[in-house]
Order: sequence, then structure tokens, then C-alpha cells
Amino acid sequence: MNPILLIRWLLQGEWHSHRLQSIIAVLAIMFGVALGFTIHLINTAAVSEFSAATRSLSGTSDLTVRALRPTFDESLYPTLMQYEEVVQASPVLEITVGIPTRAETMHNPVLKILGLDMFRALSVTPDLLGVPAEDNPMDALADDAVFLSPAAMEWLSVKQGESIEVSMGTKQITLRVAGGLARAHTGQRIAVMDIGAAQWRFDQLGQLSRIELKLQQGANHTAFQEMLSKKLGTSYLLTESQDDDMRAHNMSRAYRVNLSILALVALFTGAFLIFSSQILSTIRRRSQFALLRVLGMTRRQLLYQLLLENGLLGVLGSLLGLALGYLLATMALHHLGADLGAGLFPGLKPQLHPDPLAAVLYFLLGIGVTVLGSLLPAWEAAHAHPASALKSGSEYTVLAALRVPRLAAACLLVGVIFTGLPPIDDLPIFGYLAIALLLTGSMAALPYLCGLLFSTLLRTLNSSKSNILYTLAITRLSNASGLAAIALGGILVSFSLMVAMAIMVTSFRISVNNWLAQVLPADLYLHPITHQDTRGFTPDEQQIITTHPDIARTDFIRSIPLTLDPARPDVTLLARPINQDDPGLTLPLTKNILPSDDIPPDTIPIWVSEAMVDLYGFKIGKRITLPFTTDPEQTFIIAGIWRDYGRIFGAIQMQLSDYRRLTGDNHASDAALWIKPGITIHTAVSALKALPFGDVLEIMETGQIRAVALKQFDRSFAVTYLLELVAIGVGLMGVAASFSAQMLTRIRELGMLRHIGLSKQQIRHMLTLEGGLLAGFGVATGFILGTGISLILIFIINPQSFHWTMQLHMPWTWLLLMALAVLGAAVLTAHATSRRAVSGNVIRAVREDS
Amino acid sequence: MRYLWILLGWLLFQNTLLSAPPVLAPVVPGKTFEFPEDHGAHPDFRIEWWYVTGWLETPANRPLGFQITFFRLATQTDNDNSSRFSPDQLIIAHVALSDPAIGKLLHDQKVARTGFGLAYAKTGNTDVKLDHWTFLRETDGRYQADIKADDFTMKLSLTPSQPLLLQGENGFSRKGPKAAQASYYYSEPHLQVSGAVSYQGKDIAVTGTAWLDREWSSEYLDPDAAGWDWISASLDDGSALMAFQIRGKDDSKIWAYAVLRDASGHVQTLTPDQVSFHPIRTWRSARTQAVYPVTTRIRTGETEWQIAPLMDDQELDSRASAGTVYWEGAVTLTRDGQPAGRGYMELTGYIQLLTM
Repeated sequence: MNPILLIRWLLQGEWHSHRLQSIIAVLAIMFGVALGFTIHLINTAAVSEFSAATRSLSGTSDLTVRALRPTFDESLYPTLMQYEEVVQASPVLEITVGIPTRAETMHNPVLKILGLDMFRALSVTPDLLGVPAEDNPMDALADDAVFLSPAAMEWLSVKQGESIEVSMGTKQITLRVAGGLARAHTGQRIAVMDIGAAQWRFDQLGQLSRIELKLQQGANHTAFQEMLSKKLGTSYLLTESQDDDMRAHNMSRAYRVNLSILALVALFTGAFLIFSSQILSTIRRRSQFALLRVLGMTRRQLLYQLLLENGLLGVLGSLLGLALGYLLATMALHHLGADLGAGLFPGLKPQLHPDPLAAVLYFLLGIGVTVLGSLLPAWEAAHAHPASALKSGSEYTVLAALRVPRLAAACLLVGVIFTGLPPIDDLPIFGYLAIALLLTGSMAALPYLCGLLFSTLLRTLNSSKSNILYTLAITRLSNASGLAAIALGGILVSFSLMVAMAIMVTSFRISVNNWLAQVLPADLYLHPITHQDTRGFTPDEQQIITTHPDIARTDFIRSIPLTLDPARPDVTLLARPINQDDPGLTLPLTKNILPSDDIPPDTIPIWVSEAMVDLYGFKIGKRITLPFTTDPEQTFIIAGIWRDYGRIFGAIQMQLSDYRRLTGDNHASDAALWIKPGITIHTAVSALKALPFGDVLEIMETGQIRAVALKQFDRSFAVTYLLELVAIGVGLMGVAASFSAQMLTRIRELGMLRHIGLSKQQIRHMLTLEGGLLAGFGVATGFILGTGISLILIFIINPQSFHWTMQLHMPWTWLLLMALAVLGAAVLTAHATSRRAVSGNVIRAVREDS
Repeated sequence: MRYLWILLGWLLFQNTLLSAPPVLAPVVPGKTFEFPEDHGAHPDFRIEWWYVTGWLETPANRPLGFQITFFRLATQTDNDNSSRFSPDQLIIAHVALSDPAIGKLLHDQKVARTGFGLAYAKTGNTDVKLDHWTFLRETDGRYQADIKADDFTMKLSLTPSQPLLLQGENGFSRKGPKAAQASYYYSEPHLQVSGAVSYQGKDIAVTGTAWLDREWSSEYLDPDAAGWDWISASLDDGSALMAFQIRGKDDSKIWAYAVLRDASGHVQTLTPDQVSFHPIRTWRSARTQAVYPVTTRIRTGETEWQIAPLMDDQELDSRASAGTVYWEGAVTLTRDGQPAGRGYMELTGYIQLLTM
């Protein structure tokens, strides 16, 4: 016979008889590949866009000098020009302004303005030069002129010659759009103006954000960098463009890795599904294979045939997955932005780049996972001895191979050990491995546990008093536990993942909610339309707010970004009035605080977020220096650690009075207001809006902030909810598939039962009961496993990847509902599939046995 | 003369409302020059320059031409802008070296706003700086120029050998038919040069003769002007010649002037109708397609001068940076057919687009 024809026949046969199982397997692979590929595409687009945009701001600069605080004194600029190695030094003042006209429709509507000296920038960042109208060349130096990138012009819907209104703090400034930029990075919203004008108009006299250096050709760049960094000391940073790439990469890493893990979970769920359906399929087709072997098919041919069958499913699933992944990435970039709504890359519009290499990788991963899932059953089928395999009942030898209690115990043990290991390179690798091992171990232990449970049940069973159907079901489950466990695997995996996610998300949500209540004690919060505004509220404006008749108490907060490590994103410094006697009243402290007697008088207490401990080693009692003070020798002592769900890159809090004394900066970025009793929030808000600077204020009620924060929280877990649904769907379909497969292998057994007097109805009841018992066992095991995984997620994965801790909260009602739903669904599935088992002719069913 | 036209055209912007607009000083006849103060900068005037051109000779008796120019430019910047980066004064510098063995100019240019000690033009005496380029007048009257350009360096000392030459009516030099179209203008011919230049890996000791032009003004040229031709020469017999004409857009002569001072100090000035330029041979630049009358006949009164370039290609093409294109080069002169000496000629407005 033509071997190709044979292969086709076998494939067609399988397809026709097990359409549902095949479709589910393809879907699982598709979701896994699609999710992984989407995350990869989005992240590549975002990071490459961010890097390209950052690099375009540095042009051909060899070295960028910046300070650890946002700006530094301009006197460094002539100093740098003195070095012989420096061919050109281009000073830059970077200012983030608000766009009041966009405040209605978007959150934090900011525009970055670069103040440049065009004569210096000409040879360093020529692309960023403003292009004035031909008849107004001097606009390039004019103090009211601004040059906008095409994306900025589009965003602000302005043309050359028109004006834009920008805000800095409460101050509004009108600028004339004098032209475009020489060659702006596509999609980048940016503006350029003369550096002198920018310093003057935005009250930044004497300040620079960075200096771009062009070094002499042939000069030893590394040696110069070392020499200069020694000269400048620790409060300045020297960076090359690849450092910025690193920073961009680090920014989204935690999100990226965690989402990729979710993709892997989907993929391996698919692999497991293929494994379980394949085991059943090989059991069912055992005599078919034996016949083929007897007819002359070699082991190798049979193995290839089986791998091909599954490989084809893998190919189909992977191809669909790639297409879906590309589609999802396009949609996500369009609707959510590059960080999936996390707000990491504002002002950018990344383009999706087709990535053939990654596509091939994900394609191979999809196929590999499929082949991996079918390898063991196929190998076993190919190596079974044809003569014995032709005999009935031999399928149980297959299942004996699955009883691997030692492997299971080893997996579980190693998994538990892994939970105690530290992160690798800031990533909770061992945490994830522990989850994978616990899942694998539990699955491997299932046949054993299943047998153990049901044989114990059988032994304690008083057969005379019990229902005959119940006895039959228990006996069956106790003796054929291997087969039962296969149906159980799907329930175990999906339910445990559901439980884990439900516990984790609930714990997280309640912790965030409690945290919000603690960090938002006031009635109203207000700030200018841009976050971390450098100007914010002036002392006069603070006075106006404080003395407002509707306001009982005001706390002002100063918030500035600080760079502590050039390869990491900035941390936030928050200065606010903190209760000296009990800082826990102001801050959501987690651990024991340093007693105030232990704070030496020459140091200043600071309270750091949990991320600072992990990322910078800021432990309680440690003395450090910080780069924002005028006196670099001033030491600070870490007096406490607080929980922060808002800033994963780290934050530091200190007394506002200390900050003001150290910096002389009397401005405030935000204000927290308590209104007087008897005055409604509505009245107070209207009164504040009527202030002279009321129209550039963002006023938020505390309830509103909490609602928005929780909405954002829920949105960021939307992907997780979706995955949970997919997982439970996949699990149930697995139950259905393996039940119906089992029914076919048990036709003879069921026929016998009918011969000895059981009615169709009774058999269906018995099968449903079996299903219920199994599902109940699966749900119970899944609950234990899921709780274990949730503990890993809560106490290992979250602290290690996002650097925050949370308290455990069990969503009992929700868990009970889920358990009942899964149980009900499993019972219904079992009941539905049992119809097929009893539909055949009793005589024929038994004759098959002859 | 020189850049006036371009730079002032550049400044034709009045569309901003300034809270404290800068007030520029007018050029009026009858000013008494005071030195060394007038060697220094005059920041109240819109534009000013220190313009050195001359011939050098290498130890192997090979001739080289050179140009070192510093401009100071007052912009229309709000006086209330207290930023140290406020671009109220700009310094612009052009330098060039002509070597017939190379066949084209080595040149470089820079622009910077004043401030931070990186770029300035000081008052009181000549002291101008732009990054690492400096031009300084010492108390004994000697000038020191120190230039490190991209392709060459020049370190030259220029010693006066003759008195200053006040142009026009005691330094009041008219530039057009309107009285306001004028500048303060004096020259120092026959500066004795010694120093070193280095390029293409060679350090060469040089001596030579140079001409310094000092000019400042607030008024711009006639709106019909398209360009100008200018020549200066420290002649072999110790006399000094300077002549220029301003051309209209229709190639007509809008204004012209010439002065000839002989070795004994006798000065002859010539009125616009006594001075005329007549192209003899043109050269087309392959870079810019501009056509320059590099060989020219000039009549000053009864005298006829014939000008020939040291080499044809002395075009300064800075479109990539400052955006200007002009011809500025070393030339030899004959007077009524007899060799008379060496000088420098400038030809501007021969390319269509002149924007900066």
C-alpha cells in the first residue's frame, strides 16, 4: 500500500472521529502562541520606539552628562567646554509643560519642550533644530517661538503661525508656533525652543537638564569618561545611548516577563490537553495500532504517524496563533498603547514591526509543545508488543506507566524548596519554576492519590448499607484510578489556576483598597494638570489655598523624580508633613519602624517604599546620601518602610520641612485638603475652581481617585480574567473529551453491567456519580494546589517582580461558587457523555468482548 | 563691508512684541574716533566685524592666502530676558586658507551666542573669542590670532607698520544713496605677519602682510542691493588701496567708493562715479553653479587696476552650516599694466540663494 495514502487515511479517520478534541487542542495551542507572540510584538515595538525616541533626543552625542536630580547648575557647561577632548557641548533644558486645552479629554496632558542652543545643537542633534519660516529666520532665537514635531502639531491641532497655550504649575504661557523640526522621530510629540527663552519663560534661570558632548575623534572615550566622572563626583551621571536602551528595557521588564509567563501557562495547558487526549486516544486505538504493526508497519513509522497527527494540530494551532497574535498586538497598540495601559511610555506612538525571527520561534514553540505532549503516549504505543496489545484489557499497562509516585514526590519537594530561593536578576524565576513543579508534581501524583483516596473509601464502605450505584462507582474509581486521573488532570490544572488567581487578585485588590484608604486621608486632592510639575504651586498660591474659608487643613506635597541608578527608571521623592511621633499615621508602614531615639541628630529620617529595599538595598537603619540636596554630605537614615502600589520603581518620603530646609525649594506639587464641617465637597470644589489659577487645576475627590485606581486595577487584570475563563473552558472541554473517550473504551464493561441487570438509567446515574466524585476530588485537590500557588504568587512572585507585599485575603464565597460551578459543569458533562455509552445495542457491546 | 547685507537681512524681523526692546545706536557723521576704545566692541550697534585678510609666504617661498573674520551681531532680544543664554549678542567667525597646491579653500566657520566666557567681544580694546578661536590686540598694538579649525590651524602675530586709515569722511563711510546707509569704518593696512600655520600634517613657519578692516553699523543696505565687490591691497610701494561697489539686483552700480593712500600718507578718496568694476574673466563653481568675475579691471579715477586670483577656486561654501556662499580670495594687482602688489578680493551675491 502507498504509505502516503495510509497516512492520509489514518489522519482523516482520527479527524472525523475526534473533531472536538482536535479543535480544542488547536485552540489551546493557538491561544498560547497568540498571547506569547502578542506580548513579544508589543514589547519590542514599545522598547524600540522608546529607545529610538530617546536616542533621537541625543542625536550623535558621544556622552550625555546629567545630574541625579532633574536639573543642575549651568556653570558646568563652560567647564566641560574647557576639556580638550570635548569638541562640542550642547546644553539642553528639558521642560514638561501641561496643555490645558487637552486636560478635559485626557489624563496628564503633557508636552516635552527642549530648550536648545541651536548653534551648539547644530553638530550634535541637528534633527531637533527648529525650522522657521523663510522670511522669519530669527524666530529660531525668538523668546516666544516654539517649534513642534509633526506629531505634536497634529496632537495640538495647530499650524505654523498659530499659538499654543501651555501651563507650568499654575502659570500659563502663550507660545507662537514658529515652525516644525528639521527631522523629528515619527510619532514623537516634542517641542523645541531657544534655551535662553526656555530658562526665562519657565522660571528655570541657571538650570540645565543635561549636556550632550561630542568628543574629539581618536580621543579615548572610556578614559575620558572615567576621568570626567571622577572630576564631577557622584551627583552627576555620564551615560551613553545604550544606557538609555537599558533603562527602557528595565522599565517594562516586570510586566513583560509576567505576561510572558501567562502565555507559557496557556501553551502548556495546550500541551497538557494534547497529552491527556493523546493518552486516551492511544488507549482507544491500541488494537488498531497492534493490527497495523502486525500488518507490517514498523515502530518508527507508527511513532512518526502519531507525532505527525499531533504535529499537524500544532502547526495549525501555531499558525492561527501567530495570525491572532499579530491582530491582537495591532489592536492593543491602537487602543491601549505600548504598555497595555500601564502608563510607562507616554507621548509615543509605537509602530508594529513584523518580526520574522520571533514568528518562527513562537511557531516552533507551539509545535514543540504539541510534540512534547504527544511524545510519551506515542512512544508507548509504538513500543507496545503487538500480540499482547491486541488482547482486551491491555490498555491498563499504558496507565501503569503513568503511576510515578516517586517522580511526583520529587517534583513537589523540589517545588517547595524552590519557593525559598531568591530572585535571579530581579526576576522570580524560582517562584515560577516552583509553580510549574507543583503543578507537574500534583498531576503526576494524581493517579496515585486518586487510587489511594478511592480504595480507602472502598474499604470504609459498608456495602450492605450503601447504594449499589455508589459502590460500583467507588469500586471502579478505586481500581481504574489511572484512567480516572487523566480526566481529572484538566480539572486540577484549570481549577487550581483559577483558585490561585482568585486568591491573589482578591488579596491584591483588598490590599490596594486598604492602602488607598490609608494614603488618601483627605477630602480633596489637587495639583496642576501635569504630574510632578516642576513649578507646581508657589508659596503665594499655597497661602491662598491654605487660607481659603472652606478649607480646614491643607497638606502640601512636593514630588520630584530622582535618578539613583542610570540603568534604572527614576525613583520618586515625596516630601510631605509626616507625623513625627507616629509616622504610621501618615504612611502605610509595613514593618517595625526605627524608634525616633535611634535617629541621630545629624541625619534626616526618610521612609522608603518596599521597592527601594529590593532595588537599592535601603534597609531600616541604613544611612545614605541623596542627590537632591545642595550639601552632598548630608546623610539620611531609613526610618521606616512603607507599602506602595503606585510606583514600582521605588519612592522615598520625607518631611516637607526637611526638604525645604535642604533645597530652598518652597514650591509644592500637590495639595491634600480637608474641608470644614458643614461645607459640601461640591461647594468646596466650585470655590477652588473659582481661584485665580482654578482653570489649570485638577481637583479630585478622594472617592473619585479610589474609584479610578480600582478601575485601573481591574483593567490591568482583565487579561488574567480572560485567561482564567480560557483555562476553565479548556479544563471542562478536557473533562468532556476524556469522559467521552473513556465511554468508548468502557463499552464492554458497561455492556456487562447491563447484562447483569442494571438499567440504562442506572448506568447513566452511575457514570454521572463517577464524574461527580472525580470532579469533587479534582476540585478539592485543585483548591489545595491553587492555594499553594496563590501563596507563591502573593509572597514570592509579586514581591520579587513588583517589589510590593500584600496581605492574604481568601475570597471564600467566590471560591465556593467556582467550586460548585466546576463541579456542576463536570457532572453535567459526565451526564451528557453517558448517553452515548448506553445508546448502543447491549448484545453487540458484549460481543465485542468475545 | 562684507556680510552686512546677509546678516542684516537676517535681522529683518519685527514681529515680536518685546517688553524691553534693545535700542540700537545710529551711525552719524562727525564721530571722533577714540583709541584703543574703538578697537574694542560697540555692542550698541547692530553689527560689527574684525576682518583680517592677507598673504603669507612659506620658507620655500610658496604663497598662501588667509582670512580670519569675527563678527559681532546684536539681535532683537528682549532686555528683560535675564537668562545667561539670552542670545542678545552673537559671535560669528569664518576662517580660510588658500594654497594653490590644494586648489581650493580650506575653511571653517562657527557661530555662538555670547556668554559663559565661551564667546565674547570685549569693549575697550580688541578681544574677541569664539570657543577656541581668539583674536586679541595687545597694548603695543600687536594683534594675536589663534585659530584651530577643523582642517588647519593658524597662530599669527600681526604688527602694525603704518598708521590707521579712516575710511570715508573721517571714518564715516557711506554705503548707499541714503545718508543713513553708512557705517563707521577704519582699516589697518600693511600689518606685518609672522607665525605658523599647519595643515595636512605639516607645521609651516610663515611671514607675510595683512589688512585689517574694522567696521560697525546699525543700518542695513539699500533694499535693492544684490551683492558687492570689494578689494583691499597693501601694495609693494607702501601704498594702500581699498575699493568697493554695491551692485543692484539689475547688476547696476548702487554705490561705490575707493581710497588710495601712498607711502607718504597722502590720501585720495574717490566718489561713486569715479569708481567702476569691469569683469574680464569669470569662473563657474562646480559646487554651487555660481559664476564669479575672478579676473576684473577696476578704474579709480584715472588709474586702471587689473586683478587676478591666486587660484580660481576660492569660494567659501558653508551651506552645510552657516548657509552662506561667497568668493573671498588672494589676488595680485597690476597698476596701469605694471605689477603693483598683492591683496584680497571679496565677491558676494553671485549665488541665487543667500540665506543663513
